Amino acid sequence: MAKEERHINRLNMISKGWNLVFAIILLIIALLVIIPMVLIVIISFSSELSIANKGFSFFPDEWTLNGYKYLFKTGDQLLDSYLITIFYSITGTVMSLSVMTMYAYVISQRNFKHCRFLTWFLFFTMLFSGGLVPGYILNVRYLHINNTVWIFLLPSLVNAYYTIILRTFIRTTIPDTLFDAARIDGAGHFRIFISIVLPLFKTGIATVGLFSLVSRWNDWFIGMLYIENPKLVPLQTLLTKLQDSINYLKQNAAIAGTPDGIALLRTLPQESLRMACTVAVILPILFAYPFFQRYFVQGLTVGSIKG
Amino acid sequence: MLQRKGSERGKRRKKSFNREDIPLYFMALPTVIYLIIFCYLPMAGLIMAFQNFNVTKGIFQSPFVGLKNFQFLFSTTDAWIITRNTVCYNLVFIAVNLAISISLALMLSSLRWGTYAKVMQTTYMMPYFLSYAVVAIVANAFLHRDNGLINSLIRMSGGIGKTNWYHQQSIWPPLLVFVNAWKGVGYQTVLYLAVISGISVEYYEAAVLDGATKLQQARYITIPHLRYIVGISIILAMSSIFRGDFGLFYNVPMNQGMLYPVTDVIDTYIYRALTYLNNVGMSTAAGLYQSVVGFILVIIVNNIVNRIDPDSAMF
Repeated sequence: MAKEERHINRLNMISKGWNLVFAIILLIIALLVIIPMVLIVIISFSSELSIANKGFSFFPDEWTLNGYKYLFKTGDQLLDSYLITIFYSITGTVMSLSVMTMYAYVISQRNFKHCRFLTWFLFFTMLFSGGLVPGYILNVRYLHINNTVWIFLLPSLVNAYYTIILRTFIRTTIPDTLFDAARIDGAGHFRIFISIVLPLFKTGIATVGLFSLVSRWNDWFIGMLYIENPKLVPLQTLLTKLQDSINYLKQNAAIAGTPDGIALLRTLPQESLRMACTVAVILPILFAYPFFQRYFVQGLTVGSIKG
Repeated sequence: MLQRKGSERGKRRKKSFNREDIPLYFMALPTVIYLIIFCYLPMAGLIMAFQNFNVTKGIFQSPFVGLKNFQFLFSTTDAWIITRNTVCYNLVFIAVNLAISISLALMLSSLRWGTYAKVMQTTYMMPYFLSYAVVAIVANAFLHRDNGLINSLIRMSGGIGKTNWYHQQSIWPPLLVFVNAWKGVGYQTVLYLAVISGISVEYYEAAVLDGATKLQQARYITIPHLRYIVGISIILAMSSIFRGDFGLFYNVPMNQGMLYPVTDVIDTYIYRALTYLNNVGMSTAAGLYQSVVGFILVIIVNNIVNRIDPDSAMF
């Protein structure tokens, strides 16, 4: 594959002049993408005085670590949010994957009597939905899972689109003849699923798992709509709350009760602290992303195959 | 009918009940239960659109009011504004993102420096992994009235620089298109790039032998190969044209009332009707309107595609 790519590149080679023009255009666009993120990082290192004098700037008058220092001192809320987000992102992804891969296996079996019906039963939910309000009433009035950890796990348990991607993965990567051979050897569906499908299917699971992990990590809506308990506020929801008021971080800081703490909180560097918080939220994903990029590309391509 | 076919074919196990299939029922069970509770029950809950819903009474005791919620929804200009915003923004998003990402993919794929192209591609995709909570903070760093970069730059070049951008309706339509492209173009670029790198070399070899220029190669080989994937992406996007990206339209303009005429979409309207007005009946009515029209659009788009190119149709 890599060899072939290089071959294409050689054939497709453009003249040096155009190469330079393209490279410059592409670089400008890359800068457009990067610069806003760089600004956030720089603000997190800018002193309050500098911000008061010349606003947010790429070249602050004074650099400081205060934003991060205060983040560590008043960071109890951030820590809680980190813990709950990590917990439900991982638990939710594992739960989802186990339920979805099983269903994907079932609807990948063309010989199964209800294969078509079950596919449609799933697919229809992509075409038509009750929307926000009936779901909200169901969760709050009838299931009472708002303000509990279940709200992060149950309503998003199955994603129809991912399940269909998983089915396509199974159908395209595992030949039917393998299933037939296993069945002739007397293996049941459970056996086939666990000892043939799962091992052959690692990339598919990894791809969908990463997609669903990232979307959970990035979700702020559930927290905004259903969560009041500060212990359960997810990271991204915390960020939206901080945008309204940095005070949200204060009220849950353990030091808030002590005299030193009160003095400390009075001198809170608002802007740099908020940006330090933002950096703390996006850092894990931006660092991890280049490593799992490969899986994303794979998922993108399979997602567009009709199974 | 399927069953009859099965028995006609006699000994072929196809489509008839089979003891060996019992595990399959167990494997499907969790998802089936999930779909019934969290997808199909809420569909039945759409009945609230015809009720004067009362939380303490619940769905079964709340009185029916006929089409009153819909009358209320469509009696103001709100319904028109949110529909126009949702559909128009989505159409522009589809066109703009497609044009940018295809150009980027073509440029990246023809670059002489492979590593450079890889680095660029990785960079473009980064914003895709940021949530709109973060994107809103990034946008705010530029637009903030007192500290924002734009106003400081205006002040530095001698202007007053005290504009509250969150009150300026005129900048928001292009701004939202930009933010949406900033976040979404990388993803599409990588997708198209993956397709381009999968095109067989032989096409290009033949083209070179025939003396085709680079531009002709792009025009007659690369772009036609992208047609299928582009078709699929457009269909998928068209089918959700009645759904607004909540994060983009709620977080980035920071839910500013003065901007509603240009930023309010169906989804943000429903959210506010539910959480601020506590009007369950009317917000459900808006949701039902969105679901039904959206559903009809999917069916129409799919039918058209089926007629033109059955391979790219969804079902």
